[in-house]
Amino acid sequence: MSDLNTVTTAEAPGGQPNVPRSPVKKDKPRSLAGDAWADLRKRKIFWVSVVMVAIVLVMAAWPTLFTTADPGACALSNQYKGPTGAALFGFDYQGCDIYAKVIHGARNSIVVGVLSTALAGVIGLFFGLAAGYFGGWLDAFLSRFVDIMLGVPFLLAGIVLSNRLSSDPKSDGIFAVTLTLGLLSWTSGARVMRSAVISAKNQDYVAAARMLGSKPSRLIFRHIVPNSIASYVVLLTLLLGINIASEATLSFLGVGLKNNAISWGIMISEGTQFARTEPWPLVWPALFLGVTVLAFIMLGDAVRDAFDPKLR
Amino acid sequence: MFRYIVRRLLQMVLTFFGATFMLFALVFANQKDPIQALVGERPVSESQRIALTERYHLDEGFFMQYWYYMKGLFTGDFGTSMTGRKNWEMMADAWPVTLRLALIAIVIAATFSVTMGVYSALKRGGVFDNVSLFITLVLLAMPIVVIAPLFQLIFGIELGWFPPTATRDATVWQLLLPAIVLACIVIAPEMRVTRTAVVENLRADYVRTARAKGLTRTRVIWVHVLRNSLIPVVTLIGVDLGGLMAGAIVTEHVFNIPGVGFNLARAIKTEDGPLVVGFVSILVILFLFINLLVDLLYAALDPRIRYE
Repeated sequence: MSDLNTVTTAEAPGGQPNVPRSPVKKDKPRSLAGDAWADLRKRKIFWVSVVMVAIVLVMAAWPTLFTTADPGACALSNQYKGPTGAALFGFDYQGCDIYAKVIHGARNSIVVGVLSTALAGVIGLFFGLAAGYFGGWLDAFLSRFVDIMLGVPFLLAGIVLSNRLSSDPKSDGIFAVTLTLGLLSWTSGARVMRSAVISAKNQDYVAAARMLGSKPSRLIFRHIVPNSIASYVVLLTLLLGINIASEATLSFLGVGLKNNAISWGIMISEGTQFARTEPWPLVWPALFLGVTVLAFIMLGDAVRDAFDPKLR
Repeated sequence: MFRYIVRRLLQMVLTFFGATFMLFALVFANQKDPIQALVGERPVSESQRIALTERYHLDEGFFMQYWYYMKGLFTGDFGTSMTGRKNWEMMADAWPVTLRLALIAIVIAATFSVTMGVYSALKRGGVFDNVSLFITLVLLAMPIVVIAPLFQLIFGIELGWFPPTATRDATVWQLLLPAIVLACIVIAPEMRVTRTAVVENLRADYVRTARAKGLTRTRVIWVHVLRNSLIPVVTLIGVDLGGLMAGAIVTEHVFNIPGVGFNLARAIKTEDGPLVVGFVSILVILFLFINLLVDLLYAALDPRIRYE
């Protein structure tokens, strides 16, 4: 199959007289991914977001690199004290070190974001593949199901479901929020995957592979998936940013993470209560959450632009 | 057109039943002890228990309860909140406030995004265009939980330009800052779509014709180009409605506005299942109807679009 690809792409420039400018590179056809990478490398915004995402990931994996203070060690005698030594951002209402809490909060955000996006990714992939490849009544049924899911505004469903799943008063809510976001956020991805699969299914190379006697499983996983997955994966990068924001929103409303779990959303919610007199306990977690979500969305946006041939 | 509307209405019926059923199942299936949740810490006497069980049909099966609920919806009875007030009454109190908030937000968002979108499309590649593209990206990414408290802090408390919280009557002046916050979620996508649409339309043949017959630049842009560029913007306003609703929950919570989102958030905290289901089903019906309206408006704006 790879032979056929190379042949068709290698032949195409031959038909257009003014395409090959440097004769050295003429024989090396570039794939869509290669093209996108060449395009991405030149963009400043891509590198800025990569650096920001990398910092957040390191913060989530090894928070002790940034702070040695224990975020759970709070003393009321420190209430609203200004920045001192290691506690760069001062102390909050409970006398907790804001800097340590903000740094340690990255882990829960990333864990919930990544796991829920992975869950949504798997569900959306199977829904999209099944609906797109098999078509017919299955497609009609699955598409109606997606319509129903989209009929309920996301946050409303999220509040109800998350509240329902975290009925155990002792749990920290991480599992409940991850499951909630995963179960609710796959719909738009499934639609994208479905249309990508439908357009890939009708390509000549799929027809050729079918005529050569490929089984459906081989058709799907060797031919259709690799050729329709790009836009889906890009969408998941964007979804990761959105899910991190949704976790903070649910936690902010009191139906997300709870008890002693550190979450930027909870810190913002606590911060707003006393913002009139002490703004900093609100400002720092809000900035960290904002910058993290921005980094992921910027990354997704840049990658999507690079992978979309129509925008070039 | 007629056939299209009928088909859409049938789809809506299906979506409505599916969505309310899912919601009802989520709230009421395997409920722990709603009576205890209702009275809180106080002990419940046997007779109270029997009376409440009867009033809320708690002794009957799940599907029977769903049947009662559906029957209520179609006879205009949206249920009774655990606080004893009718859901419909509470909705009637809260609804005008949220509607006012949403309308102000939509007006602000539409004004800003259309003028800025047109301007940056005209000066494509310029400083204004690049700066505004970056700002919209930042706005697009900022979650409402970040924008709402920060705007309240900066413009409401520190600078004191706007009242930081609303009172019971929620005047337009009090709603202005929260409406700006809400508008922030929709400004970014609307402005981007306007910009792309205007850029495309500026190259269209009819624009060249309009110029050639000697129309002024202002008229070409604001009448010819804009009308054709507004189509995707209008759809987006419909699509964004879900986002606005979600944003309203957080914004009303932060700014203490006695609207739908505020009541809903409180109902969830106090485990007032009937109120949650009542409010959300009204919202879902509205959401579906507005989406239908937007689809029809789409056809009215663009005569090229025909639904069979």
